[in-house]
Formats: sequence, C-alpha cells, structure tokens
Amino acid sequence: MSILLNKKTKLIVHGFTGAQGSFHAQQCLEYGSDIVGGVTPGKGGAEHLGKPVFNTARDAVKATGANASLIFVPPPYAADSILEAADAGVSVIICITEGIPVMDMVRVKKRLNAQRAAGRDVTLVGPNCPGVITPGECKAGIMPGYIHKKGSVGIVSRSGTLTYEAVWQVTSQNLGQSTVVGIGGDPVQGMNFVDVLKLFEADRQTEAVIMIGEIGGSAEEDAASYIKGEMTKPVFCFVAGKTAPPGRRMGHAGAIVEGGAGTHASKVEALRKAGATVVDNLSQIGEAVAAKLKPKARAGGR
Amino acid sequence: MKLLEYEGKDVFARYGIPTLKRCGVVRIGDSPDKLSLDGKGPWVIKAQVLAGGRGKAGGVKLAKTTAETREIAGKMLGMKLVTHQTQGKALTVEEVLVEEACDIAREIYISIVMDRKAGAPSVIASAEGGMSIEELAAGHPEKIIRVPVDAEAGLLEFQARQLAFDLKIPKKNFSDFTEFAKNLVKVFIENDASLVEVNPLVLTTEEQLVAIDSKIVTDDNALFRHKDQAAKPDHEASEIEREARGIGINYIGLDGDIGCMVNGAGLAMATLDTVKMAGGDAANFLDVGGGANVEQITKAFQIILKDPKVRAVLVNIFGGIMKCDNIASGVVEASKKVKLTVPLVVRLEGTRVSEGKEILARSGLKLEQADSLWEAAQKAVAAARR
Repeated sequence: MSILLNKKTKLIVHGFTGAQGSFHAQQCLEYGSDIVGGVTPGKGGAEHLGKPVFNTARDAVKATGANASLIFVPPPYAADSILEAADAGVSVIICITEGIPVMDMVRVKKRLNAQRAAGRDVTLVGPNCPGVITPGECKAGIMPGYIHKKGSVGIVSRSGTLTYEAVWQVTSQNLGQSTVVGIGGDPVQGMNFVDVLKLFEADRQTEAVIMIGEIGGSAEEDAASYIKGEMTKPVFCFVAGKTAPPGRRMGHAGAIVEGGAGTHASKVEALRKAGATVVDNLSQIGEAVAAKLKPKARAGGR
Repeated sequence: MKLLEYEGKDVFARYGIPTLKRCGVVRIGDSPDKLSLDGKGPWVIKAQVLAGGRGKAGGVKLAKTTAETREIAGKMLGMKLVTHQTQGKALTVEEVLVEEACDIAREIYISIVMDRKAGAPSVIASAEGGMSIEELAAGHPEKIIRVPVDAEAGLLEFQARQLAFDLKIPKKNFSDFTEFAKNLVKVFIENDASLVEVNPLVLTTEEQLVAIDSKIVTDDNALFRHKDQAAKPDHEASEIEREARGIGINYIGLDGDIGCMVNGAGLAMATLDTVKMAGGDAANFLDVGGGANVEQITKAFQIILKDPKVRAVLVNIFGGIMKCDNIASGVVEASKKVKLTVPLVVRLEGTRVSEGKEILARSGLKLEQADSLWEAAQKAVAAARR
C-alpha cells in the first residue's frame, strides 16, 4: 500500500510538449511511471516521447483511461488546467507550476469543493510543489527519483529541496519511504498537512511520518491538533524559517510571518505539545526517525 | 508588493472610496512650495514609509498654518524613521503626503485578508479602530468581526448590511458604509491583493465617512495582469534585491556576515536557521532556483559579494535534476570569474556527488567541503570568524 499513487496510476501530463513538461515527463517515464499521454491544445493527434498528445484532458481520459494528472502549464493558464483535469474526471491532480496568482487558486478551490460536495472523488496536490512519488511504483513530479527507496516512512512537506534533504537522510539510514508528498509553498493550495496525515494514518505501509513545515499560515498548528487527537503513528517534524525576518516573503508566497501569526515558535510549540518530535537541526531528522524505527538494529550495529 | 499610503489611496480613488483631500506628495529634492495648500487647514503631514507605527515615531504631524505645513514637510523628507515594525532599522523618508486634516468623531478598523484555511478572502472589522488589530485580537477577540467573502460574487448586500449593523454605523452613513465595504472588497479582488486595510476608517465630526489611511499588499504572482502595478518600483526591496530579481534570483538581504547560496526556498530558509544554530548569522537569503547553471551561479556570487558585510560564503546545493558534477564545475568557474577572496564552504549532495566533490577538490581553489548542512554551517561560521 501507499497513498495517492501506485503501480496502477495512469498519468496524463498537461503542458506535455513544453520545455518543462517534456523534460520532467521523460524523467518520470525513465523512473517507470505509467504516463499514458499528454495534453497540449492544438497539438492533438501528434506523438511526443512515444505517447499520444491530445487537445483536451477530456479526450485524453476518454482514450487512455487516465486517473491522474500532472500539470506543468505556465502560471497564467495553470488554474484553468487544474479545472480541466477535474472536469475530465481524474481523481488525483498534481500541479507543479510555480507562480499561480492566489486569486486563481481561490476560484479553483471553490469549484473543487463544489465537485467534492457533489460526491466526486478529486484531490489536488500543489501548486508550486515538487509533486508526489511512491518509490518503485510511480513518480509524478520533478524530484530526483534515485534518492528514494521503497519503505515505511511517509513524508509530507511544503518545500521542494527540503523534501529531498529529508528523503535522502531517510534513504541514507537504510530506511525508505512509503509515499512522499510535496504539498507546495502557496497560501491557497490543494491538500494540506492534515489531509495527507489522514492518508498516512490509514496506510498500512506507513509506520512513521516526517512532516516538513515552514513559517507562515497555520497549517502546522492545524496538523498539531490532528496529531494530538487522531494520529497513532509517530510524527517527526522540522519547521524552516526560525531566523526569517517578519513581513518578508521567504521565497514561497506562503512563507511569510504576518501580524504575529505563522511564527516558527508557535508552530514548534503546538507540534511538541501534540506529541510530535520536532528537530531543531534539520541534519538530524533521518537519525531521529531511525532511532524510533530500528532501535535494535542500531544497538546491535556497534 | 506593498503599496505606499498615497499609492493605495490612488487605488481607492478609482473605486470611489472617500479619502482626505490631497494637497500633494513631495519627494526628496522637491520644494514644499509645490504643495497646494489653498484650504483653511489644518493639514496632516505623513511620512510615506512601509511600516506601521509612524505616528508614534514622529512620521505623522499636524500643522495649523501653511508655513508650518511646508516647514514640517521639508524637515520630514530625508528623516530616518524607526518604528515598532522596522525591527530596529531606520527607514529613510523619501516621500511625504500632505492632506487636509479632519476632526475625528469615531474610528473603525476594517481590512480584507486572504484566509488561507478557507481558501477565500475574509473581511475583518472592529468597531474600535486606531489601535493595532493584533493587540485587539489578543486582548479582545470578541470585538473582532469576520465575514467570509465569495471571491466571485464579492461582498453581498446582506453581508454589507450585517457588517454595518455590527459596527453600529449611524443611519446617516449607513448606505455610504455598505457601498464603501463592497468597494473595498472589490479593490481586494480586482487588484489581486493579499491585504487591503483601512485603519482607521473614520466618522468625522461633520458626519462624513473617510478612509484616513490605506495599506495594500498585492500578490507578486499576479503582476502579469496588472501592468500599471508591475511598472511601479517595489519600495520594500533594496537595490541588490531588485537587481537579483531582474536576473531571476530570489535574494533578501539580512544582517549577518555569512553569504548563502542555496537551491530551493525551503532549503535556503533551513540553511539560515542552521547557520544561526552554529553560532553565526547569514548575510542573505538566496535561492538560485532549480536549474542552477554556471551563469546563474556566477550571478549569485556577484550578488552575494555586493554586500560588504560578507566574510564567508556558504554554498548548499542539493543536486536533484541538476547533477553535482555540473554544479561543482559551475562553482569553480564562477569563483574564478568573480575572483572570490573570502573563504568558501561548499556542501553538495545528490546526483553524482562524488564526481562533484572530486572536481571541487582538484580545482586548486581554497575552499572547504562538507558532507552535511550542519558541518557546512559550522565550517562557514568558523571561517567567517578567522
């Protein structure tokens, strides 16, 4: 088991023939992901990377039976592509695009919520995220595949390279990952920490979870109350931005401390109170998980 | 992007939001004589800086005569302002706004923010304006009114009415207020704002409703559809920050002496935190982006070294799609190009890391390598102290 993606995932890539879409789709194919086609309006009927290109997501889903979308469409048009994918009926939509206006995501969120309220099964990951990978089964994103290893640690993060850092530490400890989800760094987004934690809690393969947060918003505090009330699996956290000056956007649109809210201290305190392990030093998160998951192996190793 | 008060009021004017009568904006180098002070006064002179708490810091003054107004405006230009929101730094007053003052009968707080959890805008208001909303939220959360807004429909009639009743708006100003509230929400939505704040909105002794202040923060991601806004200078960014942005590098200047070059915003933030933990302070936040090539790394070095405080440079790159050997070649070539004289600490991890480390070791450059971020931070702090 894993979450969101597995061997049966059939992906379509939106913005398939563009520079970003082509490069990363190729990498995903090399990893073994089942990309069944792509969408580029006006290029329907062509073939790209050995896969069919469709004019619309609806055509692509109809012809291939795709159940997940991976979006690389440029910022001004990306929100529309998310809605197109949802309308075409895929159940998991992963949007990599960075720089989508927040107001566009407000409109996307409203429509996705309406679809879910009507009983449709549709989940959005991102935007502005590295994507999702279930090691050994499906890579849908821009993360380097080889740093991952199949295993029992679920990882969820608001940041890209910071996720790779955590993944690499876990792999270096000779542990592996069940699924790694980058939820992205934007203020209005698809899945949040709680949504992903719920899936990890229910997933039999996942034994422990690493959650990488950052300053801004209240997603970490919300996660803390879920961890406290519902989570039975151990959660290990790092929160980036302890030294960030207030009022300045630290790269991600969502990473900003405003009006005293979204501070590092409040997030760490909430997570610790909820029983999560919070490491101050990022370089120690892999060791912390290993100490919990393989105490015997470590004791016997010396 | 944060707008100055008068820029925000220009936006308000387009939406029919009442503000005080403007007598002019003077910049450093301008003569205060260009202010058109034809009314009977008094006048209010306001320093145009991007920080709250201006009043207490001497950035907002009242004057009764035209001579006094010009004198105060002239003195305020070039003044250094430190408020509780500037983190100890002094902001130079480059522009001053002069308006006709009014007599205030009542102050109201109102703002529109992006509610992340709801994924929609929200009106925040309180019948008690003037003070900071944070203080009010902390002390009297029950006095804060929140109204969720549908970004497509705007503020609905009944919501505006409810807000007016909750804020105890007098009958005489009732319809002015509901119009104002709907327009303020329009400002937020149509300008892709992340914050629109009026603190205070006042009822004057002449029973007029006036927005005394304006604070607008817009979404940088939406600049492509607001060409007029995109053409304006970003007052918050320093010269180096603006230059970095021009070449696709995300740079924010900080107070320390360790220059940092990192790929990815989250890892860049974590690098600053780790440097602090190792006992040092970073000179900057710098994200070179995902596709860091020689050109980009060279530019990043150049940007970092423009800051004279920098005593050591820490490069922390997780080579994912970009391979470490390419990054290492880039670092070597770039450090030769910029004739790097301060100590350099490099931590590479990821694809082809051993080849990358080999290239760095054989480069002949005086640099230190590290296997982990923690080790790199400690080495950089030690190097900066030497």
